[in-house]
Amino acid sequence: MTGPTKNNQVLQIDIESKRYPSGTCALHDLHFSVAPGDFVAIVGPSGAGKSTLLKIIGGLDTHFAGRVQMPAETRFGTMFQEPRLMPWLTVRQNLQLVKPDLTAAQLKNLLADVRLDDCAELFPSQLSGGMQRRVALLRAFIVAPHILLMDEPFQSLDAPGAAQLRQQLIALWKQSEATVLFVTHSLTEALSLASRVLFFSGSPARIVLDYKVELANPRTIDSPEVVAMAQQLLQSHPNILGGSAGV
Amino acid sequence: MSKEIDAAKGWSRVLVLVVLAAAWQLAAMHLQNRALPPPSAVLEALANEARSGDLLFHLGKTLTRVALSFVLAMIAGVALGIAMGRWPRLDQLLDGLLIFGLNVPALVTTILCYIWFGLSETAAILAVVVNKVPMVAVTLREGARAIDPGLMDVARAYRLPPLRRFFRVYLPQLIPYLFSAARNGLALIWKIVLVVELLGRSDGVGFQIGNFFHFFDIASILSYTLAFSALILILEGLCLRPLENHLNRWRT
Repeated sequence: MTGPTKNNQVLQIDIESKRYPSGTCALHDLHFSVAPGDFVAIVGPSGAGKSTLLKIIGGLDTHFAGRVQMPAETRFGTMFQEPRLMPWLTVRQNLQLVKPDLTAAQLKNLLADVRLDDCAELFPSQLSGGMQRRVALLRAFIVAPHILLMDEPFQSLDAPGAAQLRQQLIALWKQSEATVLFVTHSLTEALSLASRVLFFSGSPARIVLDYKVELANPRTIDSPEVVAMAQQLLQSHPNILGGSAGV
Repeated sequence: MSKEIDAAKGWSRVLVLVVLAAAWQLAAMHLQNRALPPPSAVLEALANEARSGDLLFHLGKTLTRVALSFVLAMIAGVALGIAMGRWPRLDQLLDGLLIFGLNVPALVTTILCYIWFGLSETAAILAVVVNKVPMVAVTLREGARAIDPGLMDVARAYRLPPLRRFFRVYLPQLIPYLFSAARNGLALIWKIVLVVELLGRSDGVGFQIGNFFHFFDIASILSYTLAFSALILILEGLCLRPLENHLNRWRT
């Protein structure tokens, strides 16, 4: 169930358990809260139920035991693993689908922001994978979301394409008031973007480490401080990506 | 480039028709039999019927029935098909009925409708619609089962209002199925309409063909058949196909 939160948190998660229709337990006894404006990365082994958690938060999956609390009228932006644009709508129509009152001037500026000038009347099939993801990124931001849910959105891109999108994500996020939950399996991606990283165990997922990242922007996955922090983390928690905080 | 290919395709289609007509003329001249009038006789009959105004009147009657039953059958069939594809329990419940409906001969439903509801226009339209609905429903059920849950999740994630969700996210996924049902529908419906007219109406192409049958007027029968087939071809070429091309322009 959902309801308002206490203590000014934008999101309060208390999931007792979430089972798949097959009976497997995906999430168990998962509790955390998120402060407004935070950028939270969720890192964990694949199949740990991270995508399921995002679906629960976004209201796409309501079959679980527990509570997800957030302020009333919370708006969501979502980026999935695939761009998931409507193939029969042009770039402009795809954006207007979620924001019908988008003006021509706004559209022009937005497309310029992510270097998609002159693409407004193209169909998704006429764009590269990276360009489609940039449209999906815009779609997520133009609804002025309070919470932005991102499920490994850059995973199948080449390295330069992913780097460019991460940069555009941070730029758009800074102009917005969105709180971001970003699922990834890449430690350096998490450290290069987030102000807080939640490390999940394998299925059923628990939080094994709640890690604050206090690094200056701009930074990339190759920035020395990011690489150093990743090395340090892996030294103190060798199996953290496998879902265990132990030494 | 593609325009030239289209034009070449168009011409080769015409060429096939011309060759067929020539072969028909030769065969008719050779056989000299009343049962196979030459194309020239058919065209003459066509001209006579057109001049008297009969052709236009009966074509109009039949076309109205085709249009009305087509629209009604599409609406009912699409709604039923979507519902059955969407709710498996409803599908289980109605699946047997659907298979039954697919297999009942048009002749039987027509006769039953006339007996139960009288020799009326309503009964005639109803008979055609009942014949056609199961086919539309089966086609659209396939479409509803193939709906991409990922795209529907996008609609839910962005809290799209129901109407926008239906017309901009759901329905576009059904377009290939809608056109398949419409195309098959047009071809099937006018054949059924003719049977319905033959059995219980006093106007329309089916009624006229029944009359000509009594007088063994093969040329007139063929003239009406040609005229109506041409009309259906034109409808398909001028309405259905351009609309489909327009809606499919995103497929590159």
